[in-house]
Amino acid sequence: MGVDTFESWLRDLASTLHDNAAYLTELDSAIGDADHGSNMDRGFQAVVAVLDETTFAAPDEMLKKAGMTLVSKVGGASGPLYGTFFLRFGTALTGAEITPASLGEALKAGVGGILQRGKPELGDKTMYDAWAPALAAYDEAVAGGSDVHGALVAAAEAAAKGRDATVPLVARKGRASYLGERSAGHQDPGATSTTLVLESAARTLG
Amino acid sequence: MKKLINDPADVVSEALRGLVAAHPEQVRVDLENRIVYRKDAPRAGKVGLISGGGSGHEPMHGGFVGLGMLDAACAGEVFTSPVPDQMMAATKEVDAGAGVLHIVKNYTGDVMNFEMAAEMAAAEAGTEVQSVVTNDDVAVQDSLYTAGRRGVGVTVLLEKLVGAAAEEGRPLQEIADLARRVNDNGRSMGMALTSCTVPAAGKPTFELAENEMEVGIGIHGEPGRQRLPMAPAKEIAALLVDPVVSDLPYRQGDSVIAFVNGMGGTPLIELYLMYNEVRQLLDSAGITVARSLVGNYITSLEMAGCSVTLLKVDDDLVRLWDAPVNTPGLRWGA
Repeated sequence: MGVDTFESWLRDLASTLHDNAAYLTELDSAIGDADHGSNMDRGFQAVVAVLDETTFAAPDEMLKKAGMTLVSKVGGASGPLYGTFFLRFGTALTGAEITPASLGEALKAGVGGILQRGKPELGDKTMYDAWAPALAAYDEAVAGGSDVHGALVAAAEAAAKGRDATVPLVARKGRASYLGERSAGHQDPGATSTTLVLESAARTLG
Repeated sequence: MKKLINDPADVVSEALRGLVAAHPEQVRVDLENRIVYRKDAPRAGKVGLISGGGSGHEPMHGGFVGLGMLDAACAGEVFTSPVPDQMMAATKEVDAGAGVLHIVKNYTGDVMNFEMAAEMAAAEAGTEVQSVVTNDDVAVQDSLYTAGRRGVGVTVLLEKLVGAAAEEGRPLQEIADLARRVNDNGRSMGMALTSCTVPAAGKPTFELAENEMEVGIGIHGEPGRQRLPMAPAKEIAALLVDPVVSDLPYRQGDSVIAFVNGMGGTPLIELYLMYNEVRQLLDSAGITVARSLVGNYITSLEMAGCSVTLLKVDDDLVRLWDAPVNTPGLRWGA
């Protein structure tokens, strides 16, 4: 897994988010402020622009630059959260030989950044409700001897289940929390975009 | 969607071009970073005041840049907080050696981005930065299990009061303490008659029937805490004033600045009518209105509706309120 593999992930993710921008914004209209899709699309189009004009020597350099670009272009809560994820994910891969276990550690480092910035807990109805089961499923798959692709497929499936499980929850973080009980019955936009990130990774990495 | 725009992607930058073209004697604009600066910033010896947030709340914050209020405002995308790069650039630009105060509304994105910017400014330039987070919205009741109360109307009053204090040359710590005291003494509650349409989304954020209203809204088109049957202005005023008064609580004999704010789509005739109702409720509660403000100051695009803010004041705060201010959105005595 070299630079090209990770570049194909970021490009696949950018086009996935572009295709799903209206859907994410619609989910956000129900319980937030109707900007999640357009923000993610704008951020990842900026990442694609960086990929188009820069040649990276190693995956970590590219992923860190992607993270910085998201922080600089997205704004809102998604910018710091996804930006910090890619920054920490990339940093954790610096110099490491990429194995199923080291990639799992990098994912964990990325999600650690999300925890530090957003301080979410499981059940708050946030992107963490997709990330947490995804990390657990990834580790379990690797422990069972899976390769990177297999572990990412397991992670994406777990993220999707976590995303679906956000529907009945009452939000306790982010703009949706201001609705109180009225936030129940709606799927969380952040958990939805996280699932797209992992599904894209499962398609392109490994 | 029917709006006076060209391309949804260009709304913010084109509006900033218009702001500076209309008010060249008060502000200048860094279009690349989307920062509105006071024309003569930085001012030697003066604490720099920076705010910012998503666009769509005009005149806040860009309209409050100028003499007696902000030194810089960072404009995000519509309803999306600005990014740390903008706040970093603004912080470095307005720091005249006396330090910088970040005025942040309590929304997850605003808080996170300003936090990152303050960390970076301290690390890179050694700038002394303090932050005040406004959280005056009483509609958010249980702050232990939510992101906490939103920063709404008090932000406008705070920028005016703290702006006047900074103009007097007070030091950063004193300015920051004053800002927190203002926030602690203010409360707000808002309601909507209609949704608004975010340009990039292209359709209304929520639908309200002709006979319904949303009570307990914020400023981002997000729905409120409750959907209630439409009511006469007198009843709506009570729905807004009662929870505000009982929350601090404001007591008989208290002196306040009373602020009736339009959300962008309500004409002044209705806002003055609402102020009349609010004033009667305060009179009967024995609360003295020292100063008042009525108009569209912290808006939510074309949303119809209003919010009521009360701020408990003493003589010092009234004096700061009366001090000259000269910005595109607020001007007196100058």
